[in-house]
Amino acid sequence: MAEVTLTDITKRFGDLTAVKDLTMCIEDGKFTVLVGPSGCGKTTTLRMIAGLEEVTQGEIRIGDRVVNRVPPKDRDIAMVFQNYALYPHMDVYNNLAFGLKLRKAPKSEIKDRVQEAADLLGIKDKLKSKPRELSGGQRQRVAVGRAIVRKPKVFLFDEPLSNLDAKLRVQMRTELEQLHHKLKTTTIYVTHDQVEAMTLGDRIAVMKDGVVNQYEAPQETYDHPVNQFVAGFIGSPAMNFLPARVVRTSGATKVTADGFDLTIPAARAGEFPEQVIVGIRPEDLDGPVSDEQNVLIVHVTVTEQLGHALLVHGDCGGQQIVASLDPHRSVTIDSVVHLSVNLETLHLFDFESEETLM
Amino acid sequence: MMESRRFISRTPLHFTILVFAAIWLIPTLGLLITSFRDPANIAGTGWWTVFPKLFSGGQYSLENYIGVLRGEGLARSLLNSLTISVPATAISTFIASFAAFGFAWMHFGGRKILFMLVVGLMVIPLQMTFIPILPIYSKLKLAGTFPGIWLAHTAYGLPLTTYLVHNFMAGIPKDLFDSASIDGASPFMTFWRIVIPISVPALASVFIFQFLWIWNDLLVALVYLSAKPNVAPLTVSIANLVTNRGQDWELLTAAAFVSMVLPLVVFFSLQRFFVRGILAGSVKG
Repeated sequence: MAEVTLTDITKRFGDLTAVKDLTMCIEDGKFTVLVGPSGCGKTTTLRMIAGLEEVTQGEIRIGDRVVNRVPPKDRDIAMVFQNYALYPHMDVYNNLAFGLKLRKAPKSEIKDRVQEAADLLGIKDKLKSKPRELSGGQRQRVAVGRAIVRKPKVFLFDEPLSNLDAKLRVQMRTELEQLHHKLKTTTIYVTHDQVEAMTLGDRIAVMKDGVVNQYEAPQETYDHPVNQFVAGFIGSPAMNFLPARVVRTSGATKVTADGFDLTIPAARAGEFPEQVIVGIRPEDLDGPVSDEQNVLIVHVTVTEQLGHALLVHGDCGGQQIVASLDPHRSVTIDSVVHLSVNLETLHLFDFESEETLM
Repeated sequence: MMESRRFISRTPLHFTILVFAAIWLIPTLGLLITSFRDPANIAGTGWWTVFPKLFSGGQYSLENYIGVLRGEGLARSLLNSLTISVPATAISTFIASFAAFGFAWMHFGGRKILFMLVVGLMVIPLQMTFIPILPIYSKLKLAGTFPGIWLAHTAYGLPLTTYLVHNFMAGIPKDLFDSASIDGASPFMTFWRIVIPISVPALASVFIFQFLWIWNDLLVALVYLSAKPNVAPLTVSIANLVTNRGQDWELLTAAAFVSMVLPLVVFFSLQRFFVRGILAGSVKG
């Protein structure tokens, strides 16, 4: 078990800079998620930590050791791949044992470790099967098992659940959580799915274009995103962004646009530029309409009943928005509704820089 | 119901295939039957006349086979053919597998150029190599020896063999190598414990290709074995037989089948690898 420290890591592929001056400390024993859209550099970063890609600039440490020049097999890490990467000609037992065999571990120790991992993952009865005889979920378990038997300092996961169907994904997610709780190994997990990031991570690093935008605990990232990108990436359905003007009247600061006229609570007000982007999460539009002032006036275009929520899509002063409402509320298409805005969780972003103002 | 209708609508197709199969097989059948008949019968009646009394034993004999194997020394030639084909194929497949792996998965300077060079050698006609090489062989005393012809066949076979195996190996998912790298496998271990077992279909099909080609080869054997009778393979011996005993059809047909048996056995028994091997590069599963 060890902490992983990245200092000013840069990776260039010819003219393309995949990762730019990345500095972060992945704490010992924690489950850290690198999340972001395709091409953000998260997998490249993971592969550099694994030793599968060379670092163009910067330093990677595992524990106290600088590992830039250390080959993958000597870094004491184990990796689980998106496509499982199981050895097709070997049965499950040998897939699990391969790494240990190469290190010339004694036969009895190999047997013990393999049995232990197989037990933990519920694949004990599949030890003699070949990968092609297994289902997707079982193959993934074998891939995880292969990492576990090595008892490494760091687990690296590269989008391991992407190839599984939705239901299996949910199941495996909880299993991975339980596993982490049991083994407590430092884990670095890459995904493009923000749900996985939120549920699994102790801390999540939201990346875009090779840069980490925010690196905090999930709840903190959800409640206080540092910029528009993070705000829009975390949370589903995504946050609504509405351009607005800031208007200062005597004693009150308001944000106004065609579909709304919201008064910012005094405690939250500050120095704001004239042009801003208002950010409202769909789930923050569900409150009772207490005062007719702080509402969004929405012309409903589509409704989606999820069972646990009613998603209402509509037009608010020319902007498309989504609201997540109580499923029993009755909303009809083409009607105009007034949706109450939660002023305490309202977000404001700078129009130019997209940084969070409030 | 659907199936029988489809079957019927395909009858013209089936019929055509049967006709073509028959056209190919009938002469071969004729040769086969002739090889079991004695010279008098062959000269007197056509081979098709056996059909009314197809299964009555008296008209058949193994005389021809015995004569050709013992009398004309084809047994020795059969052994020679094996001695030439098996090692040459094995060596060439062995070297090609290492080379293909290196070209596909190892990084070294000039890799692309070297690969194109090796595969490009396919362009050179065999015949052009004889004149430059024979004097060298004479000097090295390789002419007329088995090692000499193994070397020759290996060299002739390597460009295509390397290309085919490389085609397959390049299609192995990169993940597998990453995983092996993290598990601690050296390049050799990766090659030996992972790539080779996975490549068995491609290697088997390449083996069959090469084997059949070498077994049926006449020219290379003639040139490099200097027609010395004790090392001559079946192809050379049968060619001589045609020259010397051209009218003795009973011997010629028997000899033909002696030379056909082994390749047929090899092909049919390893056929599933052959087909899988051809597709191996295209579909990765």
